[in-house]
Amino acid sequence: MREVFGAAVSEAMDDDPRLAVVLAVISAGMFRRAAARHPGRVIDLGIREQAMIGTAGGLALTGMRPVVHSYAPFLVERPFEQIKLDLGHQDAGAVLVSIGGSYDAAAEGRTHQAPGDVALIDTLPGWTVHVPGHADEVRAVLRDALPGDDRVYIRLSGTANRAPLPLSGGLAVVRPGSARSAGVVVAVGPMLDRTLEATADLDVTVAYTATVRPFDRAGLSALVAASGNADVMLVEPYLRGTSAHEVSEALADRRHRQLSLGVPRDTELRAYGTPADHARAHGLDVRGIARAARDFFLV
Amino acid sequence: MPTTAALTRYADLPALIGLMEGDEKHSAAAHSTLDVVWVLYDRVLAVTPETADDPARDRFLLSKGHGPAAFYAVLAAKGFLDVSALRGWTAFGSALGHHPDRVLVPGAEIGSGSLGHGLPIALGTALGLRARNVRRPDGSEPRTVVLVGDGELDEGSNHEAIAAAGRLGVGSLTTVVVDNGSALHGWPGGIARRFELEGWATREVQGRDHDALHAAFTRPWGDRPLAVVARVRPTS
Repeated sequence: MREVFGAAVSEAMDDDPRLAVVLAVISAGMFRRAAARHPGRVIDLGIREQAMIGTAGGLALTGMRPVVHSYAPFLVERPFEQIKLDLGHQDAGAVLVSIGGSYDAAAEGRTHQAPGDVALIDTLPGWTVHVPGHADEVRAVLRDALPGDDRVYIRLSGTANRAPLPLSGGLAVVRPGSARSAGVVVAVGPMLDRTLEATADLDVTVAYTATVRPFDRAGLSALVAASGNADVMLVEPYLRGTSAHEVSEALADRRHRQLSLGVPRDTELRAYGTPADHARAHGLDVRGIARAARDFFLV
Repeated sequence: MPTTAALTRYADLPALIGLMEGDEKHSAAAHSTLDVVWVLYDRVLAVTPETADDPARDRFLLSKGHGPAAFYAVLAAKGFLDVSALRGWTAFGSALGHHPDRVLVPGAEIGSGSLGHGLPIALGTALGLRARNVRRPDGSEPRTVVLVGDGELDEGSNHEAIAAAGRLGVGSLTTVVVDNGSALHGWPGGIARRFELEGWATREVQGRDHDALHAAFTRPWGDRPLAVVARVRPTS
């Protein structure tokens, strides 16, 4: 996904003079050619993440379209007040693109992990949040985001589904359940393949989205209405329950149950290893999702 | 002459501030940023209410957004703001709060108040104008001037931007530091020295001396960013 991002943005810079890339060293090599072709439009500030967001805000105020990129903890958590003030409060837009979401950087440890990134961005108004599940979806998301003026967060992952899906901006049914089904499962981004496998023997509707803000409340409401039960299981690759309030809003008009899967909120996993190891520890591997689904849907 | 042409002089600023803060002329004159902001809008910056949306206008970014009465008064004196808008400031429904909001205040380039944000935004503004190759009619680059307080310089985000601007040679960027001695631990060797080490041209000046301020802002300074340290008497 990261390479597709670099290539897509570099290509787009050839056609769109408003595009500028703002970096803090991370991935600078990827934009070396673009920097040579477009002097002054690839700005590497060195390891200065607060100034990175502030600079993006200033660029946007002059009519530029800044694309800002780093590891999720350095892009979102460290300069969070800059995101709130230098972009949001200025009514300025930017495309923030992170890598290393959640536990992608498993072997690096906690310093390089930010499972709370989407939840943090979600405290700010006016952001669109994309969580693509495949490199081709990254390209599609960028095609929409780059020409705009709004605030967009794109969360790239080292984990992907086997095949891309066409992006509607909302929930798309990947495997429908029957009219008497146990409920609806929403899989976000890279969680789709393992969610499909984990729920293969259940009569549930599995829906997919690569866009979590704005959340497709109407779509979820319709899927639940067509389902046998108003039970919704959410499978997200970041902090558990990040979209739980969206599910609550979507189903505020009916009695419902909901379960959120994601990275636990109550513990810091002090372990290294691989993303797969971390998925297992968080109950986000196929076996963990399957167990949670059987418990929740009462089968 | 329309009535709005009144209250347009430096001598009128205390009265304008009085509309906001009450009739305390002596305290109004003590506003540390008053003279710097006045000289900028009166004699330095190429921006007027008519050119407030012109891409090639000069930009003034008030980073030190707390205590903005002097700023609002100058905006009103220069016609960006209706004088009547000053009454009722900080009330619900007023565009003017204790910290300016660019979305609400005509002529305000940024919303500010939280310390340490204006200088990085100013850097991005200067870089954006350069990347877009925005030019004045005479071919020169528009200026981006950001005002920070010396206490505000404690914030690390400023130092990120100071170093980057120096290294990137952003000559169209000017930082004016209103130094009223409020930084808790101070700056060994002085504030100007700090900027100088990072590759900025620097000038130190009395912050109430209009001619000295004007000269500091306009005497040629080459292609490096410019820092003007304007000393004012410390507030008690």
